[in-house]
Amino acid sequence: MTMSTTGRPTSAGAPIAPSRPTISGDRGLDHEEPLLFELGRANLSGVDITPTQVSDERLCGLRRSAEIGLPGLSEPEVVRHYVRLSRMNYAIDAGLYPLGSCTMKHNPRLNEKVARLPGFADLHPLQPQQTAQGALALIAELMRWLTTLTGMPAVAMSPKAGAHGELCGLLAIRAAVASRGEHRPRVLVPSSAHGTNPATAALAGFLVDEVPAKDDGHVDADALESMLGPDVAAIMLTNPNTCGLFERRVVKIAEAVHKVGAYFYCDGANFNAIAGRVRPGDLGIDAMHINLHKTFSTPHGGGGPGAGPVVLSAALAAFAPLPLLVHEGGKFRLLEHNDQVTVDAKPFGRMCAFHGQMGMFVRALAYMLSHGGDGIRQASEDAVLAANYVLASLRDTLSAPFDGPCMHEALFDDSFLGGTGITTLDFAKAMIDEGYHPMTMYFPLVVHGAMLIEPTESESKESLDRFIYVMRTLAQEAKSGRIERFASAPHLAPRRRLDETRAARKPVLRWTPKRVSEAAE
Amino acid sequence: MRYLPLTQNDRRAMLAAIGAPDIDSLFRDVPKEAVVGRSDFDLADHSGELEVERILSRLAGRNVAAGTVPFFCGAGAYRHHIPAAVDHLIQRSEFLTSYTPYQPEIAQGTLQYLYEFQTQVALLTGMEVANASLYDGSTATSEAVLMAQRLTHRPKAVLSAGLHPHYSETVETLASLAGVVTREALGRDEDITHLIDRETACVVVQNPDVFGLIRDLRPIADAAHAKGALLVAVVTEIVSLGLLESPGAMGADIVAAEGQSLGNGLNFGGPYVGLFATRERFVRQMPGRLVGETVDAEGRRGFVLTLSTREQHIRREKATSNICTNSGLCCLAFTIHLALLGEQGFARLACANHARASALVGKLTAIQGVSMVTPSFFNEFTLKLPRPAASVVDALAARNILGGVPASRLFPNEPQARDLLIIAATEMTTEEDCDAFCVALGECLS
Repeated sequence: MTMSTTGRPTSAGAPIAPSRPTISGDRGLDHEEPLLFELGRANLSGVDITPTQVSDERLCGLRRSAEIGLPGLSEPEVVRHYVRLSRMNYAIDAGLYPLGSCTMKHNPRLNEKVARLPGFADLHPLQPQQTAQGALALIAELMRWLTTLTGMPAVAMSPKAGAHGELCGLLAIRAAVASRGEHRPRVLVPSSAHGTNPATAALAGFLVDEVPAKDDGHVDADALESMLGPDVAAIMLTNPNTCGLFERRVVKIAEAVHKVGAYFYCDGANFNAIAGRVRPGDLGIDAMHINLHKTFSTPHGGGGPGAGPVVLSAALAAFAPLPLLVHEGGKFRLLEHNDQVTVDAKPFGRMCAFHGQMGMFVRALAYMLSHGGDGIRQASEDAVLAANYVLASLRDTLSAPFDGPCMHEALFDDSFLGGTGITTLDFAKAMIDEGYHPMTMYFPLVVHGAMLIEPTESESKESLDRFIYVMRTLAQEAKSGRIERFASAPHLAPRRRLDETRAARKPVLRWTPKRVSEAAE
Repeated sequence: MRYLPLTQNDRRAMLAAIGAPDIDSLFRDVPKEAVVGRSDFDLADHSGELEVERILSRLAGRNVAAGTVPFFCGAGAYRHHIPAAVDHLIQRSEFLTSYTPYQPEIAQGTLQYLYEFQTQVALLTGMEVANASLYDGSTATSEAVLMAQRLTHRPKAVLSAGLHPHYSETVETLASLAGVVTREALGRDEDITHLIDRETACVVVQNPDVFGLIRDLRPIADAAHAKGALLVAVVTEIVSLGLLESPGAMGADIVAAEGQSLGNGLNFGGPYVGLFATRERFVRQMPGRLVGETVDAEGRRGFVLTLSTREQHIRREKATSNICTNSGLCCLAFTIHLALLGEQGFARLACANHARASALVGKLTAIQGVSMVTPSFFNEFTLKLPRPAASVVDALAARNILGGVPASRLFPNEPQARDLLIIAATEMTTEEDCDAFCVALGECLS
């Protein structure tokens, strides 16, 4: 299969006159909102702090000489500013969010509540460990759930996001290869992989070789096996893969990888399809990151913070980064330095300051305890069922490049739009007018004009039926040539299409005070 | 199970619509030997909200929360007062439960606050541009070193002895793969500028340093620039910039900072928010997300993610970094807190911190055998005790006082760190806390 070279269009197209202009510029509940810097005044603050005079004596002669330039606002102005901004965002709490490979599932509020218990939220990372035994016990319990669900013996908890977890896994592999006195400069990555995979491999100092995909959406296992050799350190395979399919030959691939002395890294972004039903350890995987913000529902928060613990096989466990958590003499202890660890542990280094995303750990454990082993399995089944239901209900109207069943996401391409002049991007923007966040588009790259839909287990059948109805009707409208609905969509969002080309050509990355002449215009 | 909306009837109807006999048939691509049942997992069944809350509250209760005792820990994480509006606003569904703003027409809320955040960070650090945040201060520092290596095509990074050791170790993990990392020895009054040579990509200096000492970055910047190297300035206590000269004004080329102090709790080490700022001419080598201003089809101002040709989803193995997430909600907390403070509030907050620490220094150094190690400081300073600091901290903890971070926890192999105690005071520190600390420390040392 060849790689799609058609990216998404980035320019906004011809200018459009505003519809139904109002006097204020606001429209009903949609308020325009200036920048903080355009709202603020000097000598105003939303926080009352008594002024204190301090001497320069102990400031090394480095007292700030100029103003910073921060705007001053009262509390009501600040609250209104952010409330208005929030209303310009789509959110999973407000509607179905079918972003493939992102797992936009419900974020239980219980998890927010317990993460804010002072016994977790108000703990300093370097306070004496005897005063934080409950926090360490929580991390140990989360480790037990993660290793049990994945069937892997060890887990490194400090990585702060999925890509950071990938890096952790590859650095463990690098250390393992080095400990055997070998030189293995290459890592194999399928063409359908997330962009983070090749980027991580390069960052970890490897050369990246791309493995082609077959016409059925699976990785070309024969090609992969022929690329293996004594210079290969690892493969990075996403399973279930980014086409929404379970890699049928995964066990055979693992055997072939191990036979040449290489390691099997699995991108765990799609773990939500199989948690509680399949243990990656049983598939021969050596390392896999788990996006707590996907499978275990810690909120995406507009792009973070994430958390990406990495489960490790027996072959890699010794190379896990510092700090290590141990239980000895009835106490938990963090080992933060190389000279504290046992002789068989060979940590490759440290991923970050302190011990990982504790706030996310509390939320993820609350999710796991709430669901239990039975609920996690049921959630995976429901996620897979929902995706297959969408696939089955749309495949005669949209075009599905691969045969089902799929796992927890359904992949479509743009061939159903052939000859209409409507692109995947146009179709996605029309979904916004219908009240839906678009699906993931133009990814994976192995499919032309890809549309990757992941409904998750959080949607009711009624919600899915409504979504399917809207998608079918939109597709029919597209085919019948109602181009105006698509070409300039969205019409009903807080903004029309934005000019990304202009943003990139002359980057304006911050507010700056207008010069007097400009302000007078 | 309260989070799953499908009923058994729904599931049956959906399977029928798919034409699948049962749920197992949807998993038919999974090799038989890898299929496991519920009984293969030694995990509890689902629990109600009340039960979960009880379990987690019990665990939380086994920790000594900072707010319940006199508290003086810093060394990279600081306890400040967070206005009530901050946590309320960041929990709005539209912020908490949205994704990365890839569809800008329905994500202007996130994009605009990130743009405002970038502006605030650039202003605070005295730099021209800032990104939309990285994971934390330590990973931001690591990214800064990699960026300097790319910009200069040189292999070597020189780390100052006052850089937080966790930060140094994080940098070493990555930057030593393709380069060389040299650490300045602790306490040898060596001039770091002597370590800069023609192979040096950057010199990394924390200010105030991990002991709290304030450093004049200007001579280091000059020495670095004279050899064609860059100065990476690291700030772990961002509130210090309300009182101290910005790294940009002192000649830094890249600033990597920890933003936890504003809007974010201690959280036992994470999640935090990494700040990253630099000069405009380096922007195309920056890691992480950037938000830029543009217009929509009607000509209205709007914001989008931009310069994504640097990033992994476009460039794959040629990307400037593998980073995919930022610290979204943590930078929202940061930017709301700073919006509330404003120029005046931020400056007053910084002064209050310095005043608290200064008062505490006066009291503690009056104790027999205790001496001051850091002649200058912001809200954190280091004392030399007449005995190993780790045992003193344990003795203080037994008296219900969290009395700072022993330097030996960060520098375990440095004999001269053994008796050093790193102490922070903020606007949260009360006079009663200080008095209790002084009494207890006096008792522990006598």
